[in-house]
Amino acid sequence: MDNNLLLEMKQIDKHFTGVHALDQVDFAVRKGEIHALMGENGAGKSTLVKVLTGLYGKDSGQIIFDGEERSFPTPQDSQNAGISTIYQEINLIPHLSVAENIFIGREPKNVFGIDWKAVRSQARQLLLDNGIDIDVTQDLATYSTAIQQMVAITRAISQNAKLLIMDEPTSSLAEDEIQVMFEKMRELVAKGMSIIFISHKLDEVYTICDRATILKDGKLVGSYDIDKISRLEMVSKMIGRDASNVLKRSVGEYEAKEGTAALLHTKDIDNRVKLHGISIDIRPGEIVGVAGLLGAGKTEFAKVVFGCDNTYTGEIEVEGKPIRMNTPKGAIDLGFAYCSEDRKVEGIFPHMSVKENMTITALSRISKFGVVDTRKQKEIVDKYIDSIRIKTPSPDQLICNLSGGNQQKVLLGRWLSMDPKLIILDEPTRGIDVGAKAEIEALIKQFSENGISVLYISSELEELIRNCYRVVVIRDGMNSGELTGEDITEANIMNYIAKNMKETEEAHG
Amino acid sequence: MAEGRQKAQVYKTVLNEHLKKFGAVYAFLLLIIINAISNENFLAINTMWNLLIQAFPIIITSLGMLFVISSGGIDVSVGSVMAVAGGMNAVIMNGIYPAFPRSIFLGIVMALVVSLMFGFFNGFMISVFNMQPIIVTLTTYIIARGLTQLIANGKILSFSNTPFNAVGVLRLPGNVPIQFIIEILFVLITAFVIKRMVFGYQVQAIGENPQAAKLCGIQTTKVQIMVYMISSFIAAIAGLLVSSRTSAADPTNLGALAEMDAIAAVAIGGTSMSGGKSRILTTVISAMIIQLITITINMNNIHYAYARIMKGLIIIIAVYIQQDKKR
Repeated sequence: MDNNLLLEMKQIDKHFTGVHALDQVDFAVRKGEIHALMGENGAGKSTLVKVLTGLYGKDSGQIIFDGEERSFPTPQDSQNAGISTIYQEINLIPHLSVAENIFIGREPKNVFGIDWKAVRSQARQLLLDNGIDIDVTQDLATYSTAIQQMVAITRAISQNAKLLIMDEPTSSLAEDEIQVMFEKMRELVAKGMSIIFISHKLDEVYTICDRATILKDGKLVGSYDIDKISRLEMVSKMIGRDASNVLKRSVGEYEAKEGTAALLHTKDIDNRVKLHGISIDIRPGEIVGVAGLLGAGKTEFAKVVFGCDNTYTGEIEVEGKPIRMNTPKGAIDLGFAYCSEDRKVEGIFPHMSVKENMTITALSRISKFGVVDTRKQKEIVDKYIDSIRIKTPSPDQLICNLSGGNQQKVLLGRWLSMDPKLIILDEPTRGIDVGAKAEIEALIKQFSENGISVLYISSELEELIRNCYRVVVIRDGMNSGELTGEDITEANIMNYIAKNMKETEEAHG
Repeated sequence: MAEGRQKAQVYKTVLNEHLKKFGAVYAFLLLIIINAISNENFLAINTMWNLLIQAFPIIITSLGMLFVISSGGIDVSVGSVMAVAGGMNAVIMNGIYPAFPRSIFLGIVMALVVSLMFGFFNGFMISVFNMQPIIVTLTTYIIARGLTQLIANGKILSFSNTPFNAVGVLRLPGNVPIQFIIEILFVLITAFVIKRMVFGYQVQAIGENPQAAKLCGIQTTKVQIMVYMISSFIAAIAGLLVSSRTSAADPTNLGALAEMDAIAAVAIGGTSMSGGKSRILTTVISAMIIQLITITINMNNIHYAYARIMKGLIIIIAVYIQQDKKR
């Protein structure tokens, strides 16, 4: 069996200043298998991958790839050896054309330099082979995330990769797009390629993977055949405690808040681009879920409510008073808070400390004549590091050194310190491991108990079902249905999405 | 052996971090030592005072530039704004325009007002119309210089025997030059604003991540306009003091290339050119390094052109050291 291994990493050790990121980790991938790399955030998955791809150097250990001991001082070296990576955030260049993105750095040449005709025709052929028919001369940015993802895969395949690493490739894809990707993955594996698949979604891992390696706190927990380990076992190995109550559903806790006046009332919100008439009411302390496919207008609606898009038409009332939402500052002054789906681009200040990141919005409240009261600032930070259990060596640690789950908690702390009336959470558990996910969901419950309303946007139906009192389903920028209490089920939500799809098809047909 | 390599790796990282933080200090000390050896008069207190007087415009304009660069922008109009301030004050003081009474007070006020207007224009175009900072401030650079030449009618405006002449050469008890006091004052104010005031945090947050800053309710437009006005205000003070010390405002040469020295000081000081964390102390030390290079070259009778080449090399080395070498 040993000569069937494509990759063997032995006793890999890696330190960062003050952190033992990888502690004697062994990891092996067989030829032609899809191997899941699992673990909570901060377990060392990405560090291991980065050591493999040459982004980080290892302190000690051995890498055997394709039968030879190798070292990859730079990402270029690992690529040349046949290792391709597709990151969660697509690492392509948005303002180059699709064709240029596929061939960048290895363009076919003719006597005049780059042979653009060949670039275009070959790119087009490669994409067609993958079942994608698009104009390759357009900027990559003009296409949807799903298409961009497929372009990234096409690029990787065309490099004759022996090993493909996929770091949460499905996090921004819709269900049918994920299925297409899975099919593609099975094809590649059938041709003898190996895939390392990093995902937080157990369903996906159980659908597509052959084996799984679990890491925890930089150490190897073990490698398992997928069909020999139950989901519950896997989760408890990842978080190192009994997982039976982590994933428990709590349908019984739903509470109707009928009768109380709405905190936020929106009617016929329309921005003529993605929103074509959405109406949602939220009562104090209510958790209202928003479900819908990618591109249905969930995030766009949140942005209107938070004052980021003042081109909208429609009614917004807060506590019964009609209000025009113009700026985020205005929304914050009304007691609104917004955790964006894109932590990196719209959330954190990467090279600022946990303390600064958490208190940036609260500063004007804890200052006199523009001078910050550092004692109060420290109080806030200590309070939330403690109460929402943020794992950080110190409040002065740069936030970019924290795991995704802890970054998200810092951002929650940022908004909690404002005593908000309404928190808009846009995909609050995206890119976060199971353990932290459960903690964040528990926090959201607490918000509601403390009278804070929550607008919960998620593409994970399970999450909405577990946490929401009421779920509004939207489709193509319009309300398509609403479910409460026991009626909130996956089937019902799907139904609302699907029923409307049929109607639209008929209307168009 | 692996252990040895690991140790070497750790030492390398520690050394890197150390150089990042204190590289400017070492370069500064090195220049002092070189000068002390090659010139026995160098360590005299008067040489130090002279260094602080000559470095004055670089030191204070680099503090203004620090705000701008931390916010993710850049201001190349600093030198021209120095000129317009110096020129504006000189024409009013000399009573060239009958519309304005001959008054030092009015001269200074007008110099500040005009400079602040340029700063406001910079900030407004950049934040409201989303224009590139380098383009906007480049136009201000041209316009302010042109305006200075226009009001001075192309001539060097000299003045003598006014109380204003005395300011630039004023020495406090102990022979302490007024420039030193102003430098200390500006450094302390800058440190306070950046480390303790809401505004300071907001400037750095905008530089780090403008989109997130907006979503945190920071009024980015207001903050950016303020930042450019601060830079212009400080440039005006620098222009006024330089013209007072030299008893003249030269519309062509006053403040020429000052923006480059200021930008260089911030860069050597280790503040990221794409914005974020402001480094105050190293910026000030770097400003002195830049002046020291010129002094070193002068004292050793080397052609001034070498000073420029030296500055260029030092900037590129410094920025290389400051770079994040994560990989």
